[in-house]
Amino acid sequence: MVETKYPTEALKCWNKAKELREKYYEDYAKAHEKGGIRWAGGAWSFDAIPAGLGEDVYSLTGEPYGASVAFNDKFAQECHEATEAKGYARDLCSYMRNYWGSAILNKYAFPQFSDEFPKPDFMWQDHICCSHAKWYQVASDLEGGIPLFSIDVSVGPYEQLTDHKINYVVKQMHDGIKWLEEVTGRDYDDELLIKAVYNEFRTCHYWSAICTLNKTIPAPLDEKSMYSLYVLGTLKKSAQWTADFYEKELYPDIQDRVKRGIAAVGNEQCRVMTDTQPPWAFLRVFRYLEQYGCVSIGSLYTFGLIGLWEDQEDGTWGPRSIPNIELTNRDEALRALAEWNLSKPEWQHFYHPKLKSDMMIRIAREWKLNGVLLHFNRGCEGLSLGIAENRLAIQKAGFPVMPFEGNMGDEREFDLPRTMKRIDTFMESLGVEKFKI
Amino acid sequence: MFEQFESWYKNRHEYAKKWKERTGGKVIGYFCTYVPEEILYAANILPVRILGSHEPQDVSEPHIFAMFCPFCRDCLAQGLKGRFDYLDGITIAQSCLHIRQAFTSWDLHIPTDFSYYLPHPMNVQSPHAIPYLTEELKLFKKAIEEWIGHPITEEDLKRGIEIVNKNRRLMKEIYELRKKPNPPLTGLEAMTMVVSSQMTDKEEHNKELEAVLQKLPLRNIDNSGERLMILGSEDDDTEFIAMVENLGARFVIDDHCTGSRYFDNEVNANVDLLEAISERYVKRIPCPSKDWPQRTRLDYIVQLAKDYDVQGAIVMQMKFCDPHELDTIAIKETLENDVGIPTLFLEFDVTVPIGQFKTRVEAFLEIIREEDLF
Repeated sequence: MVETKYPTEALKCWNKAKELREKYYEDYAKAHEKGGIRWAGGAWSFDAIPAGLGEDVYSLTGEPYGASVAFNDKFAQECHEATEAKGYARDLCSYMRNYWGSAILNKYAFPQFSDEFPKPDFMWQDHICCSHAKWYQVASDLEGGIPLFSIDVSVGPYEQLTDHKINYVVKQMHDGIKWLEEVTGRDYDDELLIKAVYNEFRTCHYWSAICTLNKTIPAPLDEKSMYSLYVLGTLKKSAQWTADFYEKELYPDIQDRVKRGIAAVGNEQCRVMTDTQPPWAFLRVFRYLEQYGCVSIGSLYTFGLIGLWEDQEDGTWGPRSIPNIELTNRDEALRALAEWNLSKPEWQHFYHPKLKSDMMIRIAREWKLNGVLLHFNRGCEGLSLGIAENRLAIQKAGFPVMPFEGNMGDEREFDLPRTMKRIDTFMESLGVEKFKI
Repeated sequence: MFEQFESWYKNRHEYAKKWKERTGGKVIGYFCTYVPEEILYAANILPVRILGSHEPQDVSEPHIFAMFCPFCRDCLAQGLKGRFDYLDGITIAQSCLHIRQAFTSWDLHIPTDFSYYLPHPMNVQSPHAIPYLTEELKLFKKAIEEWIGHPITEEDLKRGIEIVNKNRRLMKEIYELRKKPNPPLTGLEAMTMVVSSQMTDKEEHNKELEAVLQKLPLRNIDNSGERLMILGSEDDDTEFIAMVENLGARFVIDDHCTGSRYFDNEVNANVDLLEAISERYVKRIPCPSKDWPQRTRLDYIVQLAKDYDVQGAIVMQMKFCDPHELDTIAIKETLENDVGIPTLFLEFDVTVPIGQFKTRVEAFLEIIREEDLF
């Protein structure tokens, strides 16, 4: 056993996280066997709303599904080739192409649960990126005309939020509920909606609280592990099982690690963050960083995709408080849900890169970083939006930046040896040497 | 007959600078045709659309990741090179992510007195889009008023609406003439006419349109080649249009934001004026980035093809332009399978590879002509 600077150990709830994720994909595949409903949509969809259709409603969120496909690079390539054979451009969102490819090939990324790609009964999406509603518009074409409802949430940055902006979102939500009743033939249960909204508050709050604990030196979590944990929030942020897992298992687990000085990277000597989705077929990049005692403490992406944040009393950045409000009816629940989501950090840069740069620089300072690795991600125009300006701003703030180009979901567009070499050079520029193991 | 439009298009910067000297007014650069020019005309501001130069450039790379469309990078390059140094302000109405980056990088690096990002509904098929945009237009109008230092009155707004509506009406009348078996104008002339209206004072443009309309119905040019439609991403590639028409074909209609989509419908000034403007921009023929959940553009394109008796369609796809890429397959299938119109798909950059495209267009025209090669 190699002696390290800090003690390390596996997360206590690691296996539970894996089980929850597996069960999610199994439940979706087998929903019809139990008379349940299946829907497909984005990880940012207001999933608390379809929850009001009953407790047997199961979703397949497209981005984490696309990432699961990407992790299996052979299957991902099959999916890409299938979409390209249909004429779709290869520069489009690679998650989207993974999803479409699955539909075209009629193959599920989890064959242990289904021999075929399980078609949704309806599509429930939100829209802030150009690819959001259009993703499911094309998917609907490919899957034989499945009904689609999408809610436009691109009403401007949270700091400029006004009543008319919230009203626009909330009115679309109300329309969405009527639409859900029509397409499913079910009566809507507002109590289930309210319960789901409270769950979502907890999920988003506790995920941020967990990420906040990573300010500690040594960091109790590394980003590669965080990917397996934040994913639950992207699968179903309004589910009780997600909220309970974050609040009652993961958060205490990480608190305990902090208390006992347990490190994610035993020889931590360098702290970085990344940006945007990683190249999923090449997560070994993070293991390579560990050879330098370098821990990626997360990113605005892992922190802010699901986590919500606000200024704390001491002026630092921390979890947004769970609203202390009593929701008594549908409109109150929808309004709270809209307001809550519109503060999402990862929705702000859609209007100006400065908003994202400010948050990233804040992370760099408060999480005590030595440098930043920016993934110029060809696979996602939404989260790569403004990334070149982010690079300039972060450098100006005094943090060294290593950009690297790749694609989260299309392994044909990632050059592993070149990226490793670039890491070597970057580490050398930071004065960080490899550990001899 | 169309020389004035061509001159305005080619000498847009000189025109705007002289306009400023002549009128003492402000010039604002806008990045997308969803910007409500009516409000700007009401404020006596000259809106000038920021377009690219179709030249290779090396200045935008540090600011916009290369996977974003060459058009947005070309637009930013114009600002970074100082070609729009006469602008007093910039604005954008929310549409695609790509052009948004040209706006935000311009905002960060090229100082102007006024910069306004106008949130604009993407879900234009929602009944709530019009009231939402109306409120946003109130904020936009207020910001403009603060900038120019005086209120925009109802009369001002009516005047602004009438200037822009008249421009739309006149261009539509000219487009109607393209339905004739032997249209009295070429596709190139039509393109320079519409694009020039995006960068000149529309009152002057209207006078020129009226003068052209007097003479145009009597004009007789040899314009009897294959009747083509052009559609797709932002496109002011006059060189490409000229090349195709030099091969004997004729563009008789388009679906471009530099063409018919720019002027298709008018503002109905009989109701609340801001609401009327809002209605026009929500109900206009949509950019594909806003055309969901239904693809309403398909019916529009098919109708255009029928109305203008189109024999073939060229689908121009700006590299990396995601919204159009997401519609291309549906458009091709609809045109080819539903109405039997052959299509040619061309992916282009801001610098058009004329030689390669010429070969492909020649082959396409041979298919339409059903020529016996041997």
